[in-house]
Amino acid sequence: MNIPDDLYYTENHEWGKVEDGDLRVGITDYAQEELGDIVFVDLLPEGTAVSRGDSVGTVESVKAVSEVYAPVDGEITEVNPALEDAPELVNQDPYGKAWMVVIRMTDPSAARSLMDSRAYEEYVKAEAK
Amino acid sequence: MAGRDDVAGFPLIREPLLKDVGAPGRNRRVLPAPFDVPQAVDLPGIAVLPDIPDVSEVETVRHFTRLSDLNYGVDNGMYPLGSCTMKYNPKMAEAMAEALKPVHPGDEAAMGSVLGLLFLLQQHLGEICGMDACSLWPAAGAHGELTGMMVIRRAVDAGGSGRRKVLIPDTAHGTNPASCAVAGFVTENIPSGPSGFLTAQTVEEHLDGGVAALMITNPNTLGIFEEEISEIARLLHENGSYLYMDGANLNAILGVARPGDMGVDCMHVNLHKTFATPHGGGGPGGGPVLVKEGLAPYLPLPRIVNDGHGGFALDREGPESIGMVHSCLGNVAISIRALAYILSIGPSGLRETAKAACLNANYLRSRLAGLYDLPYPTPTLHEFVLSDRAFKGTGVSTMDVAKALMDFSFHPPTVYFPLVVGGALMIEPTETEPIEELDRFALAMEEIARRARENPEELHGAPVTTPVGRVDEVLAARSLILTWP
Amino acid sequence: MSYVPHSEDDLRRMASAAGLTDPEDVFSPIPRAVRHRGPLSVGGPLDEETLRRLFRVSPSRAVFAGGGVYRHHIPALVDALSSRQEFSTAYTPYQPEISQGTLQALFEYQSMMAALTGMEVSNASLYDGATALAEGALMALRGKGIGRVLVTRATHPAYRKVLETYLSRSGDAVVEEVPFCRDTGRVDLGALASAVGSDAAFFIQNPNYFGVLEPMEEVAAAVSGTAGFWGIVVAEALSLGLFRPPGSFGPDVVVGEAQSFGNHANAGGPLLGFFCTRREHARRMPGRLVGLTKDSSGRTAFCLTLSTREQHIRREKATSNICSNEGLCTLRAALYLSALGPKGLRSAALQCAAGAGELTSLLRDRGIFPLFSGPCFHEIALPLKEGKRQALLAEGIVPGIPLVRDYPELGEAVVTAVTEMNTKEECRWLAGMM
Repeated sequence: MNIPDDLYYTENHEWGKVEDGDLRVGITDYAQEELGDIVFVDLLPEGTAVSRGDSVGTVESVKAVSEVYAPVDGEITEVNPALEDAPELVNQDPYGKAWMVVIRMTDPSAARSLMDSRAYEEYVKAEAK
Repeated sequence: MAGRDDVAGFPLIREPLLKDVGAPGRNRRVLPAPFDVPQAVDLPGIAVLPDIPDVSEVETVRHFTRLSDLNYGVDNGMYPLGSCTMKYNPKMAEAMAEALKPVHPGDEAAMGSVLGLLFLLQQHLGEICGMDACSLWPAAGAHGELTGMMVIRRAVDAGGSGRRKVLIPDTAHGTNPASCAVAGFVTENIPSGPSGFLTAQTVEEHLDGGVAALMITNPNTLGIFEEEISEIARLLHENGSYLYMDGANLNAILGVARPGDMGVDCMHVNLHKTFATPHGGGGPGGGPVLVKEGLAPYLPLPRIVNDGHGGFALDREGPESIGMVHSCLGNVAISIRALAYILSIGPSGLRETAKAACLNANYLRSRLAGLYDLPYPTPTLHEFVLSDRAFKGTGVSTMDVAKALMDFSFHPPTVYFPLVVGGALMIEPTETEPIEELDRFALAMEEIARRARENPEELHGAPVTTPVGRVDEVLAARSLILTWP
Repeated sequence: MSYVPHSEDDLRRMASAAGLTDPEDVFSPIPRAVRHRGPLSVGGPLDEETLRRLFRVSPSRAVFAGGGVYRHHIPALVDALSSRQEFSTAYTPYQPEISQGTLQALFEYQSMMAALTGMEVSNASLYDGATALAEGALMALRGKGIGRVLVTRATHPAYRKVLETYLSRSGDAVVEEVPFCRDTGRVDLGALASAVGSDAAFFIQNPNYFGVLEPMEEVAAAVSGTAGFWGIVVAEALSLGLFRPPGSFGPDVVVGEAQSFGNHANAGGPLLGFFCTRREHARRMPGRLVGLTKDSSGRTAFCLTLSTREQHIRREKATSNICSNEGLCTLRAALYLSALGPKGLRSAALQCAAGAGELTSLLRDRGIFPLFSGPCFHEIALPLKEGKRQALLAEGIVPGIPLVRDYPELGEAVVTAVTEMNTKEECRWLAGMM
């Protein structure tokens, strides 16, 4: 189970990487493992304003569909174009090539209220039981 | 796009696609030609020939015959699919539906006889279920659920409460919450108790002034009878809420217990399950809705009524009705088959069906419980659920077991449902399986269990004797090719 | 009759193996308080001959009724092949390895329906034309900004009623009618232009309930780009064998009734709803879909796909709640299209149009004129007093579907359908008696 320690995490298994005032968001290794082979990723367009907890899109496998939620308030400034033709990237490289959206945070310090890698590791252990 | 090139060209296809059969000029069909077609047809928007294959009769027959050879039907062997009740489809029912073929629903004289038969079915279903009124128009179980939930919604609104919440146990069929959503309700999941049935206490904890109804399946998808159902009904009624029952598992209690006597207000039955009409590769089915008298005014239109001359007619008026749910009278020919089945076996036959269905399931359960994990030791009726927990560590999953069964010439049981059991295998043999078939199935399951322990790799490759090997469903979803080029 | 293959001995043996003292004990989980006492009051058991007598139905001698269900010639091979048990008793093809027959036939049906409607994708059936229209409206409403549904008044009244039932759950969607012109029977283009908007989904049946062909080019011009979403409803699938594919007018969906493709009238059901749309909407389409793929050895195979949209996975977020569809009726449609071929389909449609033309001529000679001046396919709206209609029924002629209940503004009238199953003699007989 890969849980990079330079990222933040949410209870819905998103990860967030702070890049200046932006948060790059994707889903975790645990999430892609649970979903299985990803067949489709559907995300909201650039320019959409989102609040923390809003759905920014869905990730679909043959056996399940999962919503992806915005971890913070802000505006979507980038959407990963690679996922349209290669959804399998989410399985192969969930923290790198399969980033999903970049959100310009309304409050640049908002990410700090999310879980760090250790808290997320505990959380995943408890969920797996 | 990734994957699309992989499947284009149809490599190694078992039977060529219809578009690759035939050639221009092959179709020599002579059709009825009672009228003189003018040289120039004076209508707007006439086009050139439709774009479909040009195939001779022989080639059509061979093509579809060979396709049928790639299939498995219930006349080949058992389909132990939980909650599907894949019982034998009596051939006599086909014969009884023959007379219906040329009848047009606008042919009032002929429809008089048909309405009489449909009325009889309504009455019989009401008696079997202990309910007061019935509508035969829903074309499938899910359609019946939707209709039933719309009836409840109309009743709730007529009562002025505006309630929109429906409680659904975690063992429910997937169509239950979907039907609620389409009917405009919000659903709340409630957990079944540790013995596998819903407890009145849990229901009480979730009841409030926003609950319109609770949807229950009885027996539930674990094959367990919801023994607290009467108490649950009482609590709901005291709260001003309704009890809806999904009748998919009615086969277990025919002639023994009736949902209406358990406090059920509204329910649907599945003609293609309990009442033996053929599954047809996915349809057509039938999902009649039955209600207690209080909800009868809300049933869909039209209604079958006495015409005053000893016959039957359709009444299209009904201001309290939810309206129409089908353009005509539902799947009439399926309703006719179901009536033929009921009359063919009669009251003793209905009870015998339930008894044999439950005995067959309990017999299989006793054969398999030692080999596979049985998560709930609670007594079960017509179906039971195993899991793949016994194979943890071998890498063998429920999917492997299912695929391996096909190499033993069985259709697999329902897999990965209900969701309360991880890796679930839901097994329902039905009453029309001879003991020898049950023994054959038990032997196959024993052999698979042995392979799981001794040679798990072999199971990952299954099936190997079927027309195609394990199908790549991920590639299908990624390429998304839904038509020939 | 009993279909239970057990002797009393078998039952005892199984009970014993399951640890029960008596077969009856299998019901011990059912509380005594809810047990039913005594046998159920239902008929039977009856033998097959008695049942045959009970299930006898005789159609009238000459039938000219349509209205979304049509009597067409069905080649014998359709019954013969669809009654093969491998097709008729098979389960839903969730296990593709032993369901390639059903899956490939459905894929071929999807392909042919897409081609005939001129759209890019088709699903593997819905219950009927009415619920197909309702699903089309629900799909439109799932998109952004659609709050109204416009339907022409000349769209099948039962379809409109079912649409209203399905939409009644969302208080925010309103159904509005677009009227037809009393002289032509075609949609009032002026009214349409006023009503349409980006917040509206528009649906039009063509040919319409009166059999009249709508002015599709003008309709497309009025709504393409103006309506938020629009669809064409086809209640008589045979029209796809003769007229320009509805998809060529640019709608978002083409939905309707394909009972005419190889399914008997069967007193009204089972029917065959179809749903076709553009590829970009494929993931929002209701119902089952069959996709092309491969097996583990690279062999071409088919399977149900995008199941994640469906009820058993998405549950309350599903695109629809449909599970069982019209299965075998879909196979019959594929068989029918294969049996007829392109020329056959066109000929059958031409025969129907010619028959309606001949009947119209015969009636004109007797001073009886169609209600509408618009061009018709094979159904014609005709004036007919109720008393006369009853007299015809008593003679064994069904002259058509009465209109007065759904269209009181048209007075006593019927819609009369002529197909290749009628004869010249029947037309002369009907004309003579009207």
